[in-house]
Amino acid sequence: MKTLIAGGRVVDPANGIDRVMDLLIEDDRIAALAEKIECSGIDRTIDARKMLVCPGFVDMHVHLRDPGFEYKEDIASGTAAAVAGGFTTVACMPNTKPVADNATVVEYIIAKSRREGKANVLPVGAITKGLKGEEISEMGDMKSAGAVAFSDDGRPVMNAEVMRLAMQYASMLGLPILDHCEDLNLSQEGAMNLGATSTVLGLKGIPGAAEEVQVARDVLLAKLTGARVHICHASTRGSVDIIRWAKSLGVRVTAEACPHHFSVTDELVRELQYDTSTKVSPPLRSADDVKAVKAGLKDGTLDTIATDHAPHHKDDKDVEYTYAANGISGIETAVSLVWTKLVSDGTLSVSEAVRKLTSAPAGILGIDRGTLSPGKVADITIVDPEADIIVKPESFVSKGKNSPFGGFALRARPFVTIVSGKIQYEA
Amino acid sequence: MRLAHKDILGLEEMTAGEILLILDTADSMKEILTRTIKKVPTLRGRSICTLFYEASTRTRTSFELAAKYMSADTVSVATSTSSVQKGETLKDTAMNIEAMGIDVVVMRHPVSGSCHFLSRILKASVINAGDGMHEHPTQGLLDLFTMREKKGQIQDLEVAIVGDIYHSRVARSNIWGLTKLGARVRVCGPQTLMPPDIEKLGVKAYTDLDRALDGADVVNVLRLQRERQEKGLFPSAREYAMLFGVTPQRLKAAKQDVLLMHPGPMNRGVEISSAAADAQNSVILEQVTNGVAVRMAILYLLLGGADA
Repeated sequence: MKTLIAGGRVVDPANGIDRVMDLLIEDDRIAALAEKIECSGIDRTIDARKMLVCPGFVDMHVHLRDPGFEYKEDIASGTAAAVAGGFTTVACMPNTKPVADNATVVEYIIAKSRREGKANVLPVGAITKGLKGEEISEMGDMKSAGAVAFSDDGRPVMNAEVMRLAMQYASMLGLPILDHCEDLNLSQEGAMNLGATSTVLGLKGIPGAAEEVQVARDVLLAKLTGARVHICHASTRGSVDIIRWAKSLGVRVTAEACPHHFSVTDELVRELQYDTSTKVSPPLRSADDVKAVKAGLKDGTLDTIATDHAPHHKDDKDVEYTYAANGISGIETAVSLVWTKLVSDGTLSVSEAVRKLTSAPAGILGIDRGTLSPGKVADITIVDPEADIIVKPESFVSKGKNSPFGGFALRARPFVTIVSGKIQYEA
Repeated sequence: MRLAHKDILGLEEMTAGEILLILDTADSMKEILTRTIKKVPTLRGRSICTLFYEASTRTRTSFELAAKYMSADTVSVATSTSSVQKGETLKDTAMNIEAMGIDVVVMRHPVSGSCHFLSRILKASVINAGDGMHEHPTQGLLDLFTMREKKGQIQDLEVAIVGDIYHSRVARSNIWGLTKLGARVRVCGPQTLMPPDIEKLGVKAYTDLDRALDGADVVNVLRLQRERQEKGLFPSAREYAMLFGVTPQRLKAAKQDVLLMHPGPMNRGVEISSAAADAQNSVILEQVTNGVAVRMAILYLLLGGADA
């Protein structure tokens, strides 16, 4: 089986490539990359003129909700949403039911993904048993089963000593900690960012410091232990500054930003009149925080873009604001937001944006993905950078329609998504 | 002139013209309250439901009497004895109430924004009787009504709001209403009970009571909820009374004819001393009377208006 992607602008940051080329896929591998490819026996040609041909996008932070919360999302629907969003690989967080804090659940996720998944699924194991933040889980066994990292995402590890031990143990295994930073004493009962908008709306506010004190703590613990720590969903100026400082000291810290944190502010909660689709953890922040997150992406302090795709059922969102579940179903709007909010205003070049979606997360997760080198697995995302779209959450492939971006006019969208040489999505 | 929206969700979204319309309408409603036979047929055949997810004495009774004085039918759902106890969601409860033909739902709820949520679900009018820390618009309106009645106008009044500003929906509704009508507003309370960026709402913030009261025409004292102490937001009721308790002594800093107000229920000896609460210049009980008139005006404007 041969597929030719013809005439596209090939963007492969890891190999320093950004020019119009043809790309040939043979079975599940990239066979050739050249100015002009002419060969016989081509089964399908994709006309990629005016399109961006990129390594398959890697989303290192999603919630597939499987096992346990299949009414919100499952591996089939979540990976279908992933490829519709241009992602060929996703790392799924362990806050399932049961929690992925043991090899059995990790194996279940891998087995089910092989059967039903449209994208590659990489399980993230829990840092602590039951996500309780008390005792570290069987990380070694989970690694053998296929876990690529550890996280208690959704909850922080509140006890600094437990985190120190977890970092030591994970670094012995060579895997990173994906760190959800939130001091629960500072954030408790909070429903949105603390600031002028929370004052007007009368919602209990979550200060940026609730995130920052743990970012500071954990980069210090990373310095102490030498472990690799990846800060999830950095959302404040303080977090970006602390990460920048830690990197300057040589601490092995990386970090991600989520599209909703660089695209909109806490003002949206007011504009949408308490619409619960705006409720997310960490919360939508101030305009100054958005500016700092964008600056962090631009100067490389923030290494990757991850969606924190958090699908929820209508029943979990169609309630009073404070009672509503946290999270945004974000995997199908990410590419459009990256291009509209970062590339179009020059915050990131096309190549830098693609790097943060491909080789950067692949490197942190230690997976052999994220480039278009001949011989590699043919995971490819083709982006139409000129498409104008209006976001319609009700048409999402994901079961979760919880998006605050409904009605947003955005630029660019995934055009074709190829996983292991097979077209899994076409616009 | 009519109100712009089907709902009364807060004073933030009201124009000065709408606020004045309600106050003017309440003037004529107040006359009805002085009659021996306090009943007019204006809202006959209309139905009003009070749906309270929090305890209330004044507000609920006030709404029910306001409705009854205008011949509307009223029902009340107390969530402690309703299907809410069986886990029914607000959305389902509200849609069931509407299915029985209710014209107005008056709701109090501990979560800010719940009335906005309800107003999107229902075709019926929603009146916010207090949502979390957000707004309590009818309290704000009755406070404005009382100030205007006693002082002649709101414009240029110096109004001090004293107490737990952070958690107070009464403070927020007062701030919006007063600033729209041209009063100058100071808020005063312990720093731990002061919301961030409150001055962006066009008020001046103080933590020194004497400075906040200096030259005030009106002092509106807020209720201090004792459970805030358990959370460590202030050290003791004793110290609170020392620093922020309004007494005749402290009121000497204000204008001679200062008006003293409190939305109730009072903690005597904590945020307000009995000597202050029961003094000549206290209008706390008149606020309660005016509350009925203001709520009659609102029901009239929402339901009666042109087609009554």
